[in-house]
Amino acid sequence: MVGLEHYLTVAAALFVIGIFGIFLNRKNVIILLMSIELILLAVNINLVAFSSFLGDLVGQIFTLFVLTVAAAEAAIGLAILVCFFRNRGTIDVEDVNVMKG
Amino acid sequence: MTNADFQILLPETILAAFALAALMFGVYTGKDKTAPLLTWATSALFVLLALMIGFNGEGTNAAFGGMFMDDGFSRFAKVVILVSAAAVLLMSESYMAARNLLRFEYPLLIALAAVGMMVMVSAGDLIVLYMGLELQSLALYVVASLRRDSVKSTEAGLKYFVLGALSSGLLLYGASLTYGFAGTTLFSGIIEAATADHTPLGLLFGLVFITAGLAFKVSAAPFHMWTPDVYEGSPTPVTAFFATAPKMAAMGLFARVVHDAFGNITADWGQIVAFLSVASMFLGAIAAIGQRNIKRLMAYSSIAHMGFALMGLASGTEFGVQAMLVYMAIYVTMNVGTFAFIMSMQRDGQVVTDISALNQYSKHEPLKALAVLVLMFSLAGVPPLVGFFGKFFVLKAAVEADMAWLAVAGVIASVIGAFYYLRIVFYMYFGTETEALDKTMAPAQWLFLMGSAAIMVLGVVNLFGIEGPAVAAAAALVH
Repeated sequence: MVGLEHYLTVAAALFVIGIFGIFLNRKNVIILLMSIELILLAVNINLVAFSSFLGDLVGQIFTLFVLTVAAAEAAIGLAILVCFFRNRGTIDVEDVNVMKG
Repeated sequence: MTNADFQILLPETILAAFALAALMFGVYTGKDKTAPLLTWATSALFVLLALMIGFNGEGTNAAFGGMFMDDGFSRFAKVVILVSAAAVLLMSESYMAARNLLRFEYPLLIALAAVGMMVMVSAGDLIVLYMGLELQSLALYVVASLRRDSVKSTEAGLKYFVLGALSSGLLLYGASLTYGFAGTTLFSGIIEAATADHTPLGLLFGLVFITAGLAFKVSAAPFHMWTPDVYEGSPTPVTAFFATAPKMAAMGLFARVVHDAFGNITADWGQIVAFLSVASMFLGAIAAIGQRNIKRLMAYSSIAHMGFALMGLASGTEFGVQAMLVYMAIYVTMNVGTFAFIMSMQRDGQVVTDISALNQYSKHEPLKALAVLVLMFSLAGVPPLVGFFGKFFVLKAAVEADMAWLAVAGVIASVIGAFYYLRIVFYMYFGTETEALDKTMAPAQWLFLMGSAAIMVLGVVNLFGIEGPAVAAAAALVH
């Protein structure tokens, strides 16, 4: 029997993978975007699992909003990335270093 | 019912409709030639809406079943947000025009960000909170990289985007846990689930994640790392905007979440916020000492100021919220003036951001140097200027809430922080002679610099009466 805790565990695992993807990744900015997407999907699994468990639709409505915003966010992220690539000629994370910090 | 709901939502609706209509107008007519017109129109609309919200609104009105709150607190925050956004737009026009940056999208993105900020401070539900926050953030990511052909500006946009998206993810994960363990996304429902004698562990986890996400947005240490780079890389008017309205909105949202949704477990979040406050004050004070670039310096300065504002919040009392609101209003006013000056810093038409360029500035421009001196003293919190009263109120709130250690830490941090503000003054009056800065300054910038400095001096009489609305705002938020 698959219960609520199984869903929460999967979501937590995805969330942690996403966080680590952002901090450990030294190669490519695209991977950062994928990690962000992973975090948002982990949240969606959480929301849908809770929604089904509670018998309350609000969680699924929230999920739809999150999906929409995630799409807009990815579009803006890629647009900024294209601008950055035009200026710098590379999208390696190590090269995002004109300013220290 | 629906009609009354939309009546409450009217200012946001007007602004959003204006932004969309103006976008169409800009695209189908003169493109960037319409930019000055749109800048003025947007600022005028901001001021109009601020007047409408400030003088028309009264009482506490809940729209859409409590998802959207219009009360004294949200009105106070909205007026500060709209007025400061209008001020930044007006003083940035000449800077943008001189550098071929005056695109017609700029005022419209600011308008959309303002809609997001207004929704944030009115949020009564986790979904509304998230939508407002993202509307603000997505617009700000774009304006950070407004100078498309500059490596620094696009890098600032990229960094802001990645870390901002990460913080939204953290906040959202916390929101999902909160929803699951409280059974509702409404703040009015969450506050019933999170009581002092029984709070589910999952709800506390949710609280911690939401706090971390919000700390990112207010740039409180240890979630501050994006701030200096984004402030340095963005065009100066955009930096000025980042330092004013979004800070007020994020602090307003922070106060709303911890009091409206978690108001029964003050002790639980109070210690987290107190930790954020101490860390921000000291990091802001110490890390700014080594900065030579005035935009980076102002970034660390804003981190330190957020620490002080969080101190008011950490006390968890009604007076604490009131102190935080007064502090933010003063902080925003000081920053508008300071950035009006930073925008005018140039030599032969080239932007200068190094603080050593200010050497002997008082010899060439005694009046402007005096205004900057007043602002720097006020930022440092030197009595009797208005900046001192902001610090006084938050320290008093901390002491009254039995957090004397927090107040002592605040005083020590503000003494350390005074060093770098005073160094700028030292350079202006006693520095070694260098090549002088240009004397030109746009009228709008001059007006805001002098106005802000004058407020810092004249405000000591009665703080221009902002205390009354702040008291009402705090009373509306803290039950």
